[in-house]
Amino acid sequence: MMMRILAVLIALALAPLATPAFAVLPDEVLEDPALEARARELSKELRCLVCRNESIDESNAGLARDLRLLLRERLLAGDSDEEAIDFIVDRYGEYVLLRPTMSGANLALWLSAPLMLLLALGIGAGYLRRRSAAAVAAAEAEALSPEESARLKDILGQ
Amino acid sequence: MIAELGHFALILAFAVAIVQAIVPLIGAHKGWPGWMAVAIPAATLQFVLVGISFFALTYAFVTSDFSLRLVVINSHSLKPMLYKVSGVWGNHEGSMLLWVWILALFGGCAAWFGGGLPDRLRARVLAVQAAVGVAFFAFIIFTSNPFLRLAVPPFDGQDLNPLLQDPGLAFHPPFLYLGYVGLSMSFSFAVAALMEGRVDAAWGRWVRPWTLAAWLFLTIGIALGSWWAYYELGWGGFWFWDPVENASFMPWLIAAALLHSAIVVEKREALKSWTILLAILAFGFSLIGTFIVRSGVLTSVHAFANDPERGVFILLILLFFMGGALTLFAARAGAMEAKGVFAPVSREGALLLNNILLAVSAFVVFFGTIWPLVAELFFDRKLSVGPPFFNAAFTPFMVALAIVLPIGSILPWKRASLGKVLRSLRGAIVLSLAVTALVWAMQTGRSALGPIGLGLGTWLVSGALVDLWLRTGRSDAASRLRRLKNLPRADWGKAVAHIGFGITTIGVAGLLAWQQEDIRVARVGETFTVGAYQITLEDVRDVQGPNYLSTMADMRVEQDGRTLAVLNPEKRVYPVAKMPTTEAAIRNGVLRDIYLVIGDAQEGGGFAVRTYIKPLANWIWFGSIVMALGGLLSLTDRRYRVAAGARKARPAGVVPAE
Repeated sequence: MMMRILAVLIALALAPLATPAFAVLPDEVLEDPALEARARELSKELRCLVCRNESIDESNAGLARDLRLLLRERLLAGDSDEEAIDFIVDRYGEYVLLRPTMSGANLALWLSAPLMLLLALGIGAGYLRRRSAAAVAAAEAEALSPEESARLKDILGQ
Repeated sequence: MIAELGHFALILAFAVAIVQAIVPLIGAHKGWPGWMAVAIPAATLQFVLVGISFFALTYAFVTSDFSLRLVVINSHSLKPMLYKVSGVWGNHEGSMLLWVWILALFGGCAAWFGGGLPDRLRARVLAVQAAVGVAFFAFIIFTSNPFLRLAVPPFDGQDLNPLLQDPGLAFHPPFLYLGYVGLSMSFSFAVAALMEGRVDAAWGRWVRPWTLAAWLFLTIGIALGSWWAYYELGWGGFWFWDPVENASFMPWLIAAALLHSAIVVEKREALKSWTILLAILAFGFSLIGTFIVRSGVLTSVHAFANDPERGVFILLILLFFMGGALTLFAARAGAMEAKGVFAPVSREGALLLNNILLAVSAFVVFFGTIWPLVAELFFDRKLSVGPPFFNAAFTPFMVALAIVLPIGSILPWKRASLGKVLRSLRGAIVLSLAVTALVWAMQTGRSALGPIGLGLGTWLVSGALVDLWLRTGRSDAASRLRRLKNLPRADWGKAVAHIGFGITTIGVAGLLAWQQEDIRVARVGETFTVGAYQITLEDVRDVQGPNYLSTMADMRVEQDGRTLAVLNPEKRVYPVAKMPTTEAAIRNGVLRDIYLVIGDAQEGGGFAVRTYIKPLANWIWFGSIVMALGGLLSLTDRRYRVAAGARKARPAGVVPAE
């Protein structure tokens, strides 16, 4: 743990001095376009560990380049998408995943959107029911009672 | 000397704010007009004093006064004048000074133009506004003082972060702050209404223009930031779901919800307590945003440790104001009796759905943004929540919103028939489905995003046009066209803003679905083909800028043998800040941008070159501007001028004629 923090700190300190580069460099691109496309898609899901909030696909940092090369190596070695991602997660931790896993406490995160929506819709529906009930009540209050309608008929009939 | 004047003015403003927060509140409670009236000159004085302070700091930046710590850290004598000025708010201390100045400006506006408000309400609004001010004055003076001097001034400064030396970013923070801080007005109105224990149609009409103004500034601010990211960061991304971006997006979503619910309060006297809650939350999210940006707790775990004092201070401000306002809300909201009654299928019902979608989506963004913190604190898991999560969790809300928007916007109030409304939208439905089908058939890839996004965008735009047309009544086309011109500005504003949303939707979908990219090593003189374009790297040369060194390329872009443009992408190095930046060269077009980036010289000769074809990119920001324009149109509607009417003296007890 200490070593990793140290490594990150050193990388952070060196980052501004490192040669500025692009995200994906021409020499990284794989020969096989299908494999390269897979690599690009996977790169978008992996975080550059020394950057503020960039994927390794976007980042210029040296570490991101290393990760891109590592990912391509794994793909060339015949890994499936999951295997390649797992390989990197094993080494760099869950922190590297930009799409959090659906395991354990993270379920709360993934379910938050549908649950909050259902809750809000429920509250909204309750409110609507009260409002339309109020509408019916208001209409009834304005409507004539049986005696009044009888009297009205009486008057109109004459 | 001038810096000391600024410092002194800031402390005086702090004192004035304390008076303004206390005296009018007591006056309003006891019904003493003299005490309530204190708020007005106090608000003016506060604005003037912070203004003096801000200009003193600007003066120090413009004259490169390197005895000021802040100027040393963020400026350099060779920096262009524009960035010397924008450097004032390009750092923590200066930006907080701008924050309180805008806060005082909004308070001043309520004092100057709030003559139409009941005295008691105005006194309370200004007192709450000043209370927020007190907290932030204390924050600046005790933790982030911009006027600190250095005992030994250095010969020159350390320069502003080169990424920030850009016209787009020079104006991004002021607009964003006008939006963030503008929501403090809605907050002050909400808290004042809770103190009064009364919310009515008039309140809805008073609070709406402030929210509208804040929302439109926020729209412009976010659009500027996104546009900057697009051309400056070197690969043409426009939204990253970065915590700092989310910090501005959450208040935007809540403010959009608030705008719509305030209409229901104004027209129908329903959704009152909900609107109050939204007004509190909108500013709450602004404060959370300020906390996230200023503490750095989420962008990088280390930054918080660097400055725990500031983070904790803002957290305390947040807890105090949200805790106080929500407690008051819990105690008083029950008294807000709704008057208007309506059926589920009605304009009110549709606006409620709009509010649910916008508010829940804001909470989804919030949840995703703070989840890494929650996971680390409570579950001991260090994880990231990035764009893949937000795209999956957030997008469905916007799709649902886009589907119901045109229907909801023409539903009649109280009770409506869905069938009738859908019949009026027949044309728009057919057109949107046709666009979806056409795009599906024409596109080369198999992306569903493009056709659906363009179809939804068409649906929004055509639905807004149908809305306008329906407003003109039922006579012949000629007189309807005439009437179109005389429709209230608010009707136009609504349609224009909705059209803007449609345009942005089209832009986002088009860019994400059909972007093309080419990465290669090109030698000088080499020509290569990307999409329909032939691109030649003609020359690469070194250029000396005012405070940077640039490697600039001449690249010719041709289509069918005809030259479209010669573009000059650059790679700059700022020696003082020791930072490189990429300056992409972009050929803007209505249907596509051509986006060129030049990189390092390669070992075997040639340069790394990236080419992007970005379809419909400009529609994203154009749509945002149209949205803001819609807000502006709505803001100039006659009924707000009558409501704010204010400036015209009117005899007491006479209801203004509309």
